[in-house]
Amino acid sequence: MGNITLSKVTKSFGDVQVIPPLDLDIREGEFVVFVGPSGCGKSTLLRLIAGLEDVTSGEIRIDDRNATELPPAKRGLAMVFQSYALYPHMSVRKNIAFPLRMAGLDKAEQDRKVEAAAKVLNLTDYLDRRPGQLSGGQRQRVAIGRAIVREPAAFLFDEPLSNLDAALRVGMRLEISELHERLKTTMIYVTHDQVEAMTMADKIVVLRAGNIEQVGSPLELYHKPRNLFVAGFIGSPKMNLISGAEAAKHDAKHIGIRPEHLKASKESGVWKGRVGVSEHLGSDTFIHVHDTGLAVGEEDMVTVRCDGEMDARHGDTIWLTPDMERLHRFDDKGLRIT
Amino acid sequence: MARAVSTQRKALVTVVAWVIGIVIFFPILWTILTSFKTEAEAIASPPSFLFFDWTTENYGEVQARSDYFRHFWNSVIISVGSTVLGLIIAVPAAWAMAFVPGKRTKDVLMWMLSTKMLPPVGVLIPIYLLFRDTGLLDTRIGLVGVLTLINLPIIVWMLYTYFKEIPGEILEACRMDGAMLKEEILYILTPMAVPGIASTLLLNVILAWNEAFWTLNLTAAKAAPLTAFIASYSSPEGLFYAKLSAASTMAIAPILILGWFSQKQLVRGLTFGAVK
Repeated sequence: MGNITLSKVTKSFGDVQVIPPLDLDIREGEFVVFVGPSGCGKSTLLRLIAGLEDVTSGEIRIDDRNATELPPAKRGLAMVFQSYALYPHMSVRKNIAFPLRMAGLDKAEQDRKVEAAAKVLNLTDYLDRRPGQLSGGQRQRVAIGRAIVREPAAFLFDEPLSNLDAALRVGMRLEISELHERLKTTMIYVTHDQVEAMTMADKIVVLRAGNIEQVGSPLELYHKPRNLFVAGFIGSPKMNLISGAEAAKHDAKHIGIRPEHLKASKESGVWKGRVGVSEHLGSDTFIHVHDTGLAVGEEDMVTVRCDGEMDARHGDTIWLTPDMERLHRFDDKGLRIT
Repeated sequence: MARAVSTQRKALVTVVAWVIGIVIFFPILWTILTSFKTEAEAIASPPSFLFFDWTTENYGEVQARSDYFRHFWNSVIISVGSTVLGLIIAVPAAWAMAFVPGKRTKDVLMWMLSTKMLPPVGVLIPIYLLFRDTGLLDTRIGLVGVLTLINLPIIVWMLYTYFKEIPGEILEACRMDGAMLKEEILYILTPMAVPGIASTLLLNVILAWNEAFWTLNLTAAKAAPLTAFIASYSSPEGLFYAKLSAASTMAIAPILILGWFSQKQLVRGLTFGAVK
């Protein structure tokens, strides 16, 4: 179980419509990530599914049951919040057992399930502590434990990793992916971090101003961005977007080429430029190239990724060659030309 | 990182703190000491500090002349009664304002606070007349009512700040966990709000206990609390410092003991939820 269908869902706060009519299908067992810049409505959308906000119009169906008017408690979904939202006056054990207690399970059954969840999440030693005595990562795990014990139809994650430090974030990302593999339960995950989206999702929903810009697998979005916004949002470093005469040569208003699909050379190439900052990561080098004569937005900068180490100094002349197979073309409305 | 504080500076701060503490406490100490003196020693000049003949005759005389316990019970009933009544009204009010604020919530709060800026004497005559015409003069019920109304803005404000501190995400989390309104109030909100409600209760008992303006003006004999008990020893019969002090000591003792045992809650209450 865990199908969620949104049809013509809208949401307005007063006169401001934050979600224009929106349709979305989430199938059982999918890991769906809502991604977009802040203020794009991704959290609002999640809260509509959770029932924490009322829809202005439209219908939400969970497992083929109309859930539009159901209170959050009756939707059978579990949610992990950005602030973890643990109950500060309860021990870890009671926190995790709370949804079971609400469901009316007997004490022995509650204990059995809490112990099992604690074991999975490495929390066994902390069961009798209060949330205030735990580290950020441990609190996050308690929040996840509280969500998994009741075997919900779907999990909702609202930017769950943004309060953790970088190293812990990578670890928790893997743990959540691992959990999804094991439970095979539908998960909806909200983030503004496109790396999280790319690494975890089966399906990414890119949102801008409440509109769905594109829905697809991470690689679909990477290889075939539907428009300029998705092209610029997915991928790191960002795709180089070029307009003007160079784009016209390819019968397009804009062309896009990812940093990893450009070849840099000191001797020859198609575009000539001057090296600005180069970032040496060891495994690869990112070179920011200026004065290319290409119309590339306001910064007038093209980014290129080179494998391994590349000796490029500030002010050096450099030549770039795009991989023509990997060139993206967009029309005057910003839509992809196929 | 902790700030490096020199020993000298620490010593200075400690001395200043003690001086301020003693200055504040001195009148209370002096009252207690005077209550154990004879009337003659009480007005002696220069006054003796600790070396006088300690006597408890003032307490005996005060108790013989006026019934301490009757006043004490009046004080208890009036302060606890008005606080409980206030809480019954204020908890739902503050609750609604903290969790379902409307457009005018801030205005309502400011308006309530503004009533505390009015000098009470400005409404003494209308209230006195109301009390007289409704037969509430010198009744405990009347005092409970008036003190509830006087302290209600403070109770609502304090509770509002406490409720505001409860993060909304925790309430949403419990809804997601399957709690309906009843369970939400019972298992999540109430346990989290109890410390705030407790300190509000304590502070208001103290405020009501010490309230003198209305209790003096609206009582005569039957409903008179300890404030009236003290006042009866002041002017009309000349100055009897020792007896007045004995009466004062007896009046403040219960609240001093209550305050001592609830220091922690009180400090939290007085900082109005500013300290987490």
